[in-house]
Amino acid sequence: MKEQKHIMTMLVDNQPGVLSRVVGLFSGKGFNIESLCVAPTMDARVSRITIVTMANPPVIEQIEKQLRKLINVIKLRDMTGPRAVKREMVLICVRAKPEFRAEILRIVDIFRCKVVDVGTEHYIIEVTGDEGKLTALINLLAPMGIEKIARSGALALYREPK
Amino acid sequence: MKLTGAQILMEVLKEEEVDSIFGYPGGAIIDIYDELEKTDIHHVLVRHEQAAVHAADGYARAKSRVGVCLVTSGPGVTNTITGIASAYMDSVPIVILSGQVPTALIGNDAFQEVDIVGITRPCTKHNYLVMSIEDLAATVKEAFYLARSGRPGPILVDIPKDITKETTEYTPGQRVKLKSYNPTYNPNMKQLKKIGKLIESSERPMIFAGGGVILSKASRELTELARKTRIPVTTSLMGLGAFPETDPLSLGMIGMHGTYRANMCTSVCDLMIAIGVRFDDRVTGKTDAFASQSQIVHIDIDPTSIRKNIPVTIPVVGDCKISLEHLNQLIDQVELGNLDQKRKPWFDQIEEWKSTNSLAYEQKEVIKPQFVVEKLYELTKGQAIITTEVGQNQMWAAQYYQFDRPNHFITSGGLGAMGFGLPAAIGAQVAFPDATVVDIAGDSSIQMNIQEMATAVQSGLPVKVVILNNGYMGMVRQWQELFYDKRYVSTCMDCAPDFVKLAEAYGAVGLRATKPEEVESVLSEGLKIPKPVIMDFVVEKEEGVYPMVPAGAAITDMLLV
Repeated sequence: MKEQKHIMTMLVDNQPGVLSRVVGLFSGKGFNIESLCVAPTMDARVSRITIVTMANPPVIEQIEKQLRKLINVIKLRDMTGPRAVKREMVLICVRAKPEFRAEILRIVDIFRCKVVDVGTEHYIIEVTGDEGKLTALINLLAPMGIEKIARSGALALYREPK
Repeated sequence: MKLTGAQILMEVLKEEEVDSIFGYPGGAIIDIYDELEKTDIHHVLVRHEQAAVHAADGYARAKSRVGVCLVTSGPGVTNTITGIASAYMDSVPIVILSGQVPTALIGNDAFQEVDIVGITRPCTKHNYLVMSIEDLAATVKEAFYLARSGRPGPILVDIPKDITKETTEYTPGQRVKLKSYNPTYNPNMKQLKKIGKLIESSERPMIFAGGGVILSKASRELTELARKTRIPVTTSLMGLGAFPETDPLSLGMIGMHGTYRANMCTSVCDLMIAIGVRFDDRVTGKTDAFASQSQIVHIDIDPTSIRKNIPVTIPVVGDCKISLEHLNQLIDQVELGNLDQKRKPWFDQIEEWKSTNSLAYEQKEVIKPQFVVEKLYELTKGQAIITTEVGQNQMWAAQYYQFDRPNHFITSGGLGAMGFGLPAAIGAQVAFPDATVVDIAGDSSIQMNIQEMATAVQSGLPVKVVILNNGYMGMVRQWQELFYDKRYVSTCMDCAPDFVKLAEAYGAVGLRATKPEEVESVLSEGLKIPKPVIMDFVVEKEEGVYPMVPAGAAITDMLLV
């Protein structure tokens, strides 16, 4: 069966050890984690964990059930598909030789991202977007030479009814 | 009223109606022991912490209550891991209370410090480190609630030493509130109606019952369903006793060492009603070939068990007992017609398979282990609580002792932990002081927790140990014989102690049988003695457990004797 990318978000008790219960479940059961984000919500007692995973349908069913079984997981949702807004932030340190500087800034402009640090030989670019946009940008910058990259991992929120 | 942490703990244990605790003291829990002495709670002092958990396991399973262990920090609690993992695999409700170094020292690599919450995270249902005395009572109450509700399991509560000494105001009878934990007890009625229809239309149905039936106390409901609908029943190892094995509808145990007829039924049945099982690999063999012509109904309280290993036609998440009650009511409203007539070809087929008596053996000059178990069954009239070690002894116990009632067969099913049987027997004997409790053991596995003879003697628990002594680590030897050209690497257990003298050294009684004609007299003598007894049966050295399905083969590919 074909593996597909899933983005799961869960509300969990904001207590010590909860993250390791979630992560330990993935490693113990042999599930895969592509990215992971954790931060508190408006309610300080509750955190939101967002995990991107690759799995086929039976495995994703097990992942969901196993996560729901954890005592500290309050709520879980599969955010895959168009009904949720998904964003990821990336910091890209790109080599910026004089002959490429204008081209890089044009790309930055087209992608509506920002240059947040300028050096004699590099730019650090901050960009936020969905996976498609980020991949496109990275592909365009790659020929100039990407020296370092830091990705936040995906975040998602379900769209409220219009 | 201000109480110390240790006193609060005792109050909560009383509220939870704990009557017995299995444990071993140490520096970090001296204060708790000091308070324990002042209560009516019976403390059984074990000789190794692994045995404390196995004993709590045996107690919990015999009595359908939460078992409780008390151990100290560091090595005390690391010794419990095997016991905890076994209880987790077999869904046994246990609360493990462990001491921890004082809160100020946590993380400092203090003497006898270990991150036990981290270590036990994957083998407990849930666990806690209590960091404030204000949380102590609520946490321990939660632990008991979690252990026994939903799919039961072990819960560990780690309590730092300073918290046992501090004082705080204690309010009795606090309620447990858990917003993120809400097991589904009531099944979806629409799903149950579909099962009713399938039962009506199926020609070759079978029921496959597991440990969940025993945990939810649903044996009566299961038996009612099977008899009313004339459906034959097989059980997993964990399900032995969930349905009377002497009932004509019983197919015996399924799986790697299951009966010929039970395993053959899975290959042609058109409906399998699986209740409280998790389709372990020792049951299914090759999953693609398992019940491949059948519609499968799966009732279980744990949604993760459903569709984990086997695709299912009708999943039902719910408590086995409640689900079976509803199902029985639904069946009462259905006109089932003359079932005996309708199922005649199916029952004829099963009879034919039954004639391949897959459990036949021949008793010649040397004692056969099967013969010992059968004699034990006869002499105890099937009334004993049987615990087992792991390996051949476990399988022979499962095959040759007939279990007609639940909670009478106690074994480490999922984890397969050698050394389980003797401490589990001690726990079962504590639960039922007047019952006959017998550990069916092998000469290898009994040595893994043999030190518990001292516990039995000290606590006056008259457990009986039947050693099927073949001088080998028998099950591994059997695999080596069958699949490794008889290369018996490191499975010969020569140089075992003289078990009769060993029993005597512990202050227990030791008996031995070396000839078939001595089996009955040794058993009946041993069973009569109101003290712990080791009965050493010198059996056929290279006897195998049959039928056997090689690992990974289809369940119907059985090696018969």
